[in-house]
Amino acid sequence: MIKLIVDNKPDVLARVAGIFSGRGFNIESVTANITMDPNITKINIGTTGDSATVTKIQNQLKKLVDVRQVSYVRETKFGQREMALIRLKLTEKNKNKVEKAIEDLNCRVITRKSDYCVIEATGTEEEIERALKHFEPLGMEDMSRSGIVAL
Amino acid sequence: MKLKGAQILIRSLLDEGVDTIFGYPGGAVLDIYDELHKGKLKHILVRHEQAAAHAADGYARASGKVGVCLVTSGPGATNTVTGIATAYMDSIPIVVFTGQVPTAFIGSDAFQEADITGITRPCTKHNFIVRKVEDLARTVKDAFYIAESGRPGPVLVDLPKDVMQAETEYTESAPLKPGSPDTMYVPDVEALNHVLDMIKEAKKPVIMVGGGVILGRASDELRDFVNKVRIPVTHTLMGIGAFPGTDPLSLGMLGMHGTYYANMAVTDCDLLITIGARFDDRVTGKIDAFASNAKIIHIDIDAASINKNVLVDLPIVSDSKSTLRQLNKMLEQNHFTTPEKERKAWLDQIDDWKEFAPLSYSTGENIKPQYVIETLYKLTKGEAIITTEVGQNQMWAAQFYKFNHPNTFLTSGGLGTMGYGFPAAIGAQVALPDKTVVDIAGDGSIQMNIQELATVVNYNIPVKVVILNNGFLGMVRQWQELFYGKRYSHTNISQVPDFVRLAEAYGAVGLRAMKPDEVEPTLKKGLDTPGPVFMDFAVDPEEGVYPMVNPGAPISDMSLGK
Repeated sequence: MIKLIVDNKPDVLARVAGIFSGRGFNIESVTANITMDPNITKINIGTTGDSATVTKIQNQLKKLVDVRQVSYVRETKFGQREMALIRLKLTEKNKNKVEKAIEDLNCRVITRKSDYCVIEATGTEEEIERALKHFEPLGMEDMSRSGIVAL
Repeated sequence: MKLKGAQILIRSLLDEGVDTIFGYPGGAVLDIYDELHKGKLKHILVRHEQAAAHAADGYARASGKVGVCLVTSGPGATNTVTGIATAYMDSIPIVVFTGQVPTAFIGSDAFQEADITGITRPCTKHNFIVRKVEDLARTVKDAFYIAESGRPGPVLVDLPKDVMQAETEYTESAPLKPGSPDTMYVPDVEALNHVLDMIKEAKKPVIMVGGGVILGRASDELRDFVNKVRIPVTHTLMGIGAFPGTDPLSLGMLGMHGTYYANMAVTDCDLLITIGARFDDRVTGKIDAFASNAKIIHIDIDAASINKNVLVDLPIVSDSKSTLRQLNKMLEQNHFTTPEKERKAWLDQIDDWKEFAPLSYSTGENIKPQYVIETLYKLTKGEAIITTEVGQNQMWAAQFYKFNHPNTFLTSGGLGTMGYGFPAAIGAQVALPDKTVVDIAGDGSIQMNIQELATVVNYNIPVKVVILNNGFLGMVRQWQELFYGKRYSHTNISQVPDFVRLAEAYGAVGLRAMKPDEVEPTLKKGLDTPGPVFMDFAVDPEEGVYPMVNPGAPISDMSLGK
């Protein structure tokens, strides 16, 4: 994951994204939000590549005027979290399995209707992946993943 | 005092030390042009916005100052994109001011609206849109600072019309100058000691210099360094003039159309000291064969350029001037002496290569373009400012005109923009009115900004244009001859205009030479004639640029000619 500390300017995300697209690097996920200082934004970009590629990306990003700091992190000090919202079909057949899975995987129910429910899963990237793999055969109708939030 | 945005803009430019800008008016910039009418800032009206950008670029390269141009919104702005990308690829400091529709209309697909900040985001060092007049003065300062600090580059500032009309308090203040390189780049003494060790150990060292030495104003320090270490010097296209071309230690240009001896020396060397160059593909040829026996030292101001294409053994992120100065000091303190025997053996080997394949061409009935360049060199005593277009004209100029000073060879190396040379020559001539400025062009390239004949005549800007007229898009024709079975697909442009009559139609002087013995008298007459002159030389249509490194091949694999 590439972590950027940038000035909170209207086009800073476009600039950062432009470096990735212009140089042929891939953005797999992205989150951006202001930090405790409203003039400063933190952007987390999920990307993969060998260390030479990652170094190249970092060097190009550092040249941007609005970018204050760039670092590549595999594991952050205080943890990384992702969130997923998952919509599950509820039928007579799967209802019990679904309820058990929700409990086992520590998910939160956001909406419950008679024929579907929407749950929220948070955890590390691996935990989210595991949850999705688990829910898919159980009747997952739709899902939305956030990017990585890290401290 | 309260001033309108347009007034603040002009005042800010004057505060930055700008005395001349290039531009073309339009609706969105009416308020700025109204302010310019007062005449406090000199403005050169071009005939196409692309030329305004190239002229600002040529002005910057020739003078070492930041070049400035002003265009209107929409198509005016988009017309500068090629010029901006040209400056971006060669790291040239220019600030491009573009008009914009009023802030309330932005994003509404208004008349002559273009998202120029979006369009130029990948080809500017940075860009701004000024949404409040209170931000204007500061933005101008920032733009100039960014353009000329670190690795220079083009900066665009978008100016909405209502912001130019709005008023605010204005106080004068000094420009933000980048810190002196000596304070900004503290030399890593350990690394520099390593450099000296590597030099002492090397038996076959070569120095390779690029445009960074010229941008870093490090020519004097470089010459000092070379005189101390007695290492032969080669240069990239962008490095021409960084080291005197007539110096016996100069190997000339390396790369795709470099000299045989430069390419062989770099291939064979055991130490390559690269300063201010970025290992571009035209220079390296097949990358894993480039300087494969050598340890490579890379001194560059841009960390992103280091280990980007070629992995180096000793990277030094620093500015060239202060690094070379520090190295020179250390060489003196260490009482460095060249290992005479090894150096002689290496230089003798290089002399053998020079003897085997000097730059050459055969003469005949037709005018040879190389002869035109050599004669131009002779008549100008190598002291002219030369701009080029792109292609064969560019390569022959680089090979056959010897440059002893930096900032005297202005060429679009990175982007390779045809149509660059004529407006860039205008910019250079405006910057240095007492110098002889010559654009070396092909018949294809000169037509891309031919409308600037009006500009040179209007202001009596005495640029001389040497057209190497072979009736073809020469470089592409050469590739079609060598690699596409002579299938000259759409490269025959013999339906060219009569350049003499065209120049005269604009009110300039036009001269023509058809035979070899007419070359020198025509050049002499053209150079001696005051005012802008077009000289049309009918050159051999199938002449080629040699040596030529075959595409995808190592630079040691060259064709030496037909």
